[in-house]
Amino acid sequence: MADLRALQDGIVNSQIWKSIFRVGIPNTNRKRVLAVLGSLILHLHPVKVRRSGTRMSYTWCMGGTTFFLFLVETVTGLLLMFYYRPTIEYAFTDIMDLREQAPFGIMREMHRWGAHAMVIAVWLHMFRVFMTGSYKPPREFNWNVGVILLVLTLLLSFTGYLLPWDQLAIWAITVGSSMARATPGAGNEGPMSGLIKLGDIRLIHAGDDARFALIGGRSIGPATLLRFYVLHCVAIPLVAGFLMAIHFWRVRKDGGISGPL
Amino acid sequence: MTFIKDFINVLSASSISFLLLSSIFAFIVYFNLLDGQLRTKGGKLFLGLGIAFVLIGLFIRPLLYLGIAYLAIMFGLAHLGPRLWDRKVGKWLLIFMLAGFFVSMLDPNFFLIAAKPDNVPIGAMIFLLGIFTWIALRKAYLNDKQIAAGGIPWEKTETSEKLFVWPDLVYTEMLCMILLTIVMIVWSIVLRAPLEEAANPTSSPNPAKAPWYFLGLQEMLVYFDPWLAGVVLPTLIIVGLMAIPYIDTNPKGAGYYSFRERKWEIGIFLYGFLVLWSFLIITGTFLRGPNWNFFGPYEYWDPNKLVPLVNIDLSEFFWVSLFHMPPPRLWVIRELPGILLVVGYLSLPPLLATGPFRRFYLKMGATRYYVGAFLFLIMMALPIKMVLRWLFNLKYIVHIQEIFFNI
Repeated sequence: MADLRALQDGIVNSQIWKSIFRVGIPNTNRKRVLAVLGSLILHLHPVKVRRSGTRMSYTWCMGGTTFFLFLVETVTGLLLMFYYRPTIEYAFTDIMDLREQAPFGIMREMHRWGAHAMVIAVWLHMFRVFMTGSYKPPREFNWNVGVILLVLTLLLSFTGYLLPWDQLAIWAITVGSSMARATPGAGNEGPMSGLIKLGDIRLIHAGDDARFALIGGRSIGPATLLRFYVLHCVAIPLVAGFLMAIHFWRVRKDGGISGPL
Repeated sequence: MTFIKDFINVLSASSISFLLLSSIFAFIVYFNLLDGQLRTKGGKLFLGLGIAFVLIGLFIRPLLYLGIAYLAIMFGLAHLGPRLWDRKVGKWLLIFMLAGFFVSMLDPNFFLIAAKPDNVPIGAMIFLLGIFTWIALRKAYLNDKQIAAGGIPWEKTETSEKLFVWPDLVYTEMLCMILLTIVMIVWSIVLRAPLEEAANPTSSPNPAKAPWYFLGLQEMLVYFDPWLAGVVLPTLIIVGLMAIPYIDTNPKGAGYYSFRERKWEIGIFLYGFLVLWSFLIITGTFLRGPNWNFFGPYEYWDPNKLVPLVNIDLSEFFWVSLFHMPPPRLWVIRELPGILLVVGYLSLPPLLATGPFRRFYLKMGATRYYVGAFLFLIMMALPIKMVLRWLFNLKYIVHIQEIFFNI
């Protein structure tokens, strides 16, 4: 034990360690304050929190779980991007390769299960926030940001579902996106769309309706794959990341982790 | 064993399980949260309804099953009362659920669907929803009791107490992260992500299912046309969720679990979230097989199962069955009864504002009342349509195929 203690002291007092963690071991209140304030990552938190905010039985840790799963998805997703080309010639075979050949072959598994888990975690987070009445003033706006993040989570998962380009993928997206055909006024088979006419010519048809805009074609094809890939890997994560920053910021500004105000 | 399986198969038919779930929801609110008793007025009403189910069920088999399950669960919950929120009872309920699940896994048909890789998280979700609902309601009940006794909710006893984030919060967070990482790694090693054969646009699988979190919407397609189930209703779900903090002006219950202080809000939200949204997803995932036909949990997914299509429109009820005449050619006249019905349904809020809901109207103000009531009516349209489909085989209330406008 004494050796271990000496080793720890040696590390903690070394110049390298001190250059990274200025405060040292936070064993006094002053150092605890500085440890949180001085760190970019930890300063997401205030220095002190309500006791209920630290209780798992109160928060269920679901917001944090969702964020953590988002990070897991980012890391595993990045690794998957090394192997994956979003064209219909390669998409499926790349996934096959990844499954059979690539070392650390669980990345795709982790990405997929993480995505499912994230959807469930977001729902449970919303459930907890509702049950504790944490959407009430002054937190109304943050609840709204949260609802948009929930929708973005679903869209992230939905766009990702197509990428393996197997039977499961294209038919799930076919079913999911066929709903857009029925958008009132903007979908080929939507109510009222038939009334939008120029003389005898229908302006809303399968070649220009809401579904066409979503999947970039009359049926799921190469354009859809590229579209969903870009949405999945770039567009939605950027928007979600931005909104997450606002979400966390507002948690702080609206009175900290929920608890009686 | 076969009898039990049969019983469960019949009960899980979506119309029956939906009614059963709605009743369980009402029981829990009445017997376990609001301390209702069997001998009081509400209890007698529940009892009478159950007996009615059984009596009618003597002629219609599924209703008898519903009545038996209804009465058994009602007596069980009424007997437990507030003890439902005891840790010991909760533990036993969970063990009971898990045991039921694992025994069911012995059935080959059940195993085939429940062990499908993409369905595993949804199975886990059922348990998570059950556990977390129980935890939230238990805490709400305990706090309600405190408040009723003149005390303050448990969370408020700690408001003035503040802890340092380091170490009290960061350690919890780190432990959660480590635990989650382990769970993710083990899960990823044990269960392979599904990969079917390469995409083939010419051969569609049967059933073709949307990703699981949209299966509630796909299940709604049974009752509504795509423009409602796939576009309008999802939009209104999002709008409705976003509107919650602006409609709910009740200042009580912010930052702690409670039920009695927010009966209506929690009741409506839980009904929408558990009984409608989650139930439809679970039905769509586990109980909808080839051709989107219904299959009980222990039933073989037979692609050749024939289900007679006997659904008819309201206009047919009205003109053909009631007046014995062919439906008028002009759709405005043909669909008039349905249109009037829908308009009447949506104009309930102003009517009720002067009568029984005057209290809410005055408390919330006009805008909040109308927006909230409209969203609530839209939400309740789903269960209403489900029950109408089941009782009268009603297909459309308004059916204007001329402009694809069907409700």
